[in-house]
Amino acid sequence: MSNIIKLVEQELQQKRSSFPDFNPGDTVNIHVKISEGNKERIQQYQGTVIQRRNTNSNGETFTVRKISNGVGVERIFPLFSPSIEKIEVLKKGSVRRARLFYLRGRQGKSARIKEKI
Amino acid sequence: MSGIIGKKIGMTSVFGPDGRNIACTVLETGPCVVTQIKNVDTDGYNAIQLGFGEKKEKRTSGAAKGHFAKAGTTPKHKTVEFRDFRVDFEGGVTLGREIKVEEVFVEGDFVDAIGTSKGKGFQGVVKRHGFGGVGGQTHGQHNRQRHPGSIGACSFPSRVFKGMRMAGRTGGDRVKMVNLRVIKLMPEHNLVLVSGSVPGAKNSYVVLEK
Repeated sequence: MSNIIKLVEQELQQKRSSFPDFNPGDTVNIHVKISEGNKERIQQYQGTVIQRRNTNSNGETFTVRKISNGVGVERIFPLFSPSIEKIEVLKKGSVRRARLFYLRGRQGKSARIKEKI
Repeated sequence: MSGIIGKKIGMTSVFGPDGRNIACTVLETGPCVVTQIKNVDTDGYNAIQLGFGEKKEKRTSGAAKGHFAKAGTTPKHKTVEFRDFRVDFEGGVTLGREIKVEEVFVEGDFVDAIGTSKGKGFQGVVKRHGFGGVGGQTHGQHNRQRHPGSIGACSFPSRVFKGMRMAGRTGGDRVKMVNLRVIKLMPEHNLVLVSGSVPGAKNSYVVLEK
């Protein structure tokens, strides 16, 4: 990548240190700002990170999967989005892949991820 | 009209005030030098010519050398004429004056970007003109999925009309992208971020107009 692009992205990339280090397989809790009319409130979204994309760029995103009322839900968050208030890492998972799409076909016991010790 | 010449650096994305992620192109613009001033009396119209990008002295023709020497500047790669250049900065436009991007644009302006699109070589009608192709592989088709189909009637008019869209050289044309928003100015590095994409390859020259 060109040095000039890095210079432009520098400002946002400095925010990176304010996020905890997390990887696919980790269980995270995301505090998301939601504005309803002119009121703003925080909603929490908890699940497993199944991938991180476009790493080291301004457009970096990560996907969080959870099972909500028996239905699988996946949400994609831009890492630098101003609507993300906080990222908490609840559990570190031990996985052998960068993309955990195999979780989509599984439920219950087989969808568990071993905890990293 | 006012404008500036720049060079395409590449693309990135930034977050807008409403939290939206905006794809934008980074352009290195100016400082441009005023290399010629035209007016109604001598040229029949009002315009200024800006120069941008350093050029080697030995690669410059004698005539061009003289032209740049008149403006008191070094030879430039790219010169562009801006008709009826709007002068709303201090001191007005004089020969040899440097024009910087922050003097021409402010954040939030809508600008047009003119560049030469990437050459694509000889392309068929599907890529070149957006034809749909034949639409299927069955019903007797076997080798014409991306063909143009009929190009006209039969014994009348007994010819193909002029301008019929066919395969041919694609890209490499002058393209103008209109109404790109200036997302951010970085005057200390002569950089400007405009929303969306801009025609041409990286390191190619782009003219920004307002």
